[in-house]
Amino acid sequence: MLKKKECVAMLLAGGQGSRLYTLTEKTAKPAVPFGGKYRIIDFPLSNCINSGIDTVGVLTQYQPLVLNEYIGNGEPWDLDRVYGGVRVLPPYQGHKGAAWYKGTANAIYQNINFIERYDPDYVLVLSGDHIYKMDYNAMLEYHKSKNADCTIAVIDVPLEQASRFGIMNTNPDGSIYEFEEKPAEPKSTNASMGIYIFNKKTLFDYLIADEADPDSSNDFGKNIIPSMLKAGERMFAYSFTGYWKDVGTIQSLWEANMDLLGEKPVFNLHDKDWRIFFRNNPLPPHFVGKSAYISNSIITEGCEIYGTVKNSVLFHSVKIAPNATVKDSILLPGVVIESGASVEYSIIDDTTVVSSGVRIGAPRESGADITVIGSELRINTGHHIPVGAMINETSLAENV
Amino acid sequence: MASIPFACRYRLIDFALSNMVNSGITNIDVIAHYNYHSLMDHIGNGKNWDLARRTGGIKILPPYITAYANVTNNLYNTRLEALKSVIHSISHITEDLVILSDCDVICNLDVAELIKYHTDANADITIVVKNIDSGEGSPDRNVVVRSDSNNNITDFIPYPIDLHGKNDVNLNIWVVKRDLLISMINDAIAHGYVSLTRDLFSRHIGHLKMQVYHYTGYSSVITSFNDYYNISMSLLDDPSIRRSLFEIPDRPVFTKVRNSPPTKYLGEPPISNSLIADGCVIEGTVDNSILFRGVRVSKGAVIKNSILFQDTFVGNDAFINCVVTDKNVVIHENRVLSGHQSMPIYIEKGRII
Repeated sequence: MLKKKECVAMLLAGGQGSRLYTLTEKTAKPAVPFGGKYRIIDFPLSNCINSGIDTVGVLTQYQPLVLNEYIGNGEPWDLDRVYGGVRVLPPYQGHKGAAWYKGTANAIYQNINFIERYDPDYVLVLSGDHIYKMDYNAMLEYHKSKNADCTIAVIDVPLEQASRFGIMNTNPDGSIYEFEEKPAEPKSTNASMGIYIFNKKTLFDYLIADEADPDSSNDFGKNIIPSMLKAGERMFAYSFTGYWKDVGTIQSLWEANMDLLGEKPVFNLHDKDWRIFFRNNPLPPHFVGKSAYISNSIITEGCEIYGTVKNSVLFHSVKIAPNATVKDSILLPGVVIESGASVEYSIIDDTTVVSSGVRIGAPRESGADITVIGSELRINTGHHIPVGAMINETSLAENV
Repeated sequence: MASIPFACRYRLIDFALSNMVNSGITNIDVIAHYNYHSLMDHIGNGKNWDLARRTGGIKILPPYITAYANVTNNLYNTRLEALKSVIHSISHITEDLVILSDCDVICNLDVAELIKYHTDANADITIVVKNIDSGEGSPDRNVVVRSDSNNNITDFIPYPIDLHGKNDVNLNIWVVKRDLLISMINDAIAHGYVSLTRDLFSRHIGHLKMQVYHYTGYSSVITSFNDYYNISMSLLDDPSIRRSLFEIPDRPVFTKVRNSPPTKYLGEPPISNSLIADGCVIEGTVDNSILFRGVRVSKGAVIKNSILFQDTFVGNDAFINCVVTDKNVVIHENRVLSGHQSMPIYIEKGRII
């Protein structure tokens, strides 16, 4: 069995995702459900195995329970390999003491020994925040062909949005001469996707130097990339042209789910050439009753639909009673919408019950914000749910 | 029968396997008969049932064929002959009890409760029966089991054609002590017995403690194509059947995972009273039908009272009524196919119409 791995992937999955509010109260952002059957982390994990990378370290820190359980032994992604496979890497105690991951670079630094076990030539650094299908192997070939020390995947973003991203300014040959974090006046529209390939040795040199610098915030974007550029390392931008969406906010998470709908969806999951794998639940098929009306929606196993569902994404085991209406919404697993209730332009977290007659959200056309309801709640007619509100257990108790 | 697809995503054997797994049984042998490729493909290493284990787990026992098999060219024909052919495996079982089950009984049975009932009574053999009307199922295949008020078995009546009213029918799921099973099979080999009911069970009435266990939940056994169609359709007519098969807490039905994306509805397709698996793309009408994984219903197509297996493609404006399509059937645009409830049409695997 080949023991040496050409490329090991390190997936940064420790982020809190605080802009997803109640959706990440109990789970890390990479474990946030997406698209009816998936969690965000399914996309980088599936990309890895589809790209021939079978050794993935997942760096966890914030609320790791659900994520740990979900990844398990990696079997759903074919990452239950005898040598390699997926490994969850939480912060640990060493003989010099224990420390949380101080930043993205420090998280990798603390796991240098993990990477060394596989003696790779290259290290692929990924984040667990994005929805996309990408062949990392094509990027690795590009990295090798440029004889680069570091290759950063970039995507062309609209100029007016460029100041929200880290922008890579490049020469005509693709080499990077300047990196600007959220520039007020961007010189180009090449936004960093947070996907890096490093030569292992170069990476380790910089991680060790970075760790020795007490003033560093131990972050790839803030420290490692700028200091490599300053030292004149060979750094290249790899242009990616497919669908790529940061789902770090409620609005972008909603949009990315809606991008799956329609005959020619912006993002296609019915793609036999690039399958996205996920952990399955043993659930029966979904049932559509005689009184149901379904339009332009995604529905998955275990659901029972007797009411109206329009432009929505339904996760497993959702129940829509007769005369209930769901429109422009995302309902997470086990949500129950009782008879006569209506939900518009909302995201409802798992197993929450919306009682008969309750109205949640407002028509999307009205320009209102997305209403977000947390998990395991029961919304009654006595509750006042303001349009665009973020409701969790505490705020629900105050909203009677 | 074991690998016949049922209810959008299952195969018949999933019910028997899940019943055992959900009761904590983790050492299962499957005795295969003819054409067991699809069965092996379905079961794989057993991981979907949590049966990929270092100790125990699932094993398929293919028919045992000797160098002389071509002389007679027949495998076993009865349950007892099947057991005789795998006596070697049975004699290596280390557990005290053995559960034997047909692979095609559709039911969600609490096997743990059955075992408790068996051990509490200190019985030698416990046979699961269901009280059904003689008209139900196929009377010519049923074995009626008579028992006294203490549930002790007093008689077996195989394949009665003249019994009317309600009777306890053998579901072919039974519990037996391992040592007794081994000695019964050896006895059968020595005497050339072939029938489990006639040669073994019947002979032991009065000698062994043989009792019935009354199962009251939903169960069915498919014995013909019409049976298959009607039993499938009953899932749509009667929500209580779906509940008693699929919605019993902590007793899910496990099956092989296919990693399908969720089902997508395009436009405003009229959908009514249907069971639909994941991985479908639906743009046309679906009424009173069962769609397996990966089915495509194109614009203007109408599917009524039909069962479409995995990856069936139905083109624009096609009309289908009372049809069962096997895997990968392609029905081109504007085709019209109609059977009748009493005579549904079957279209074989991969057929292009």
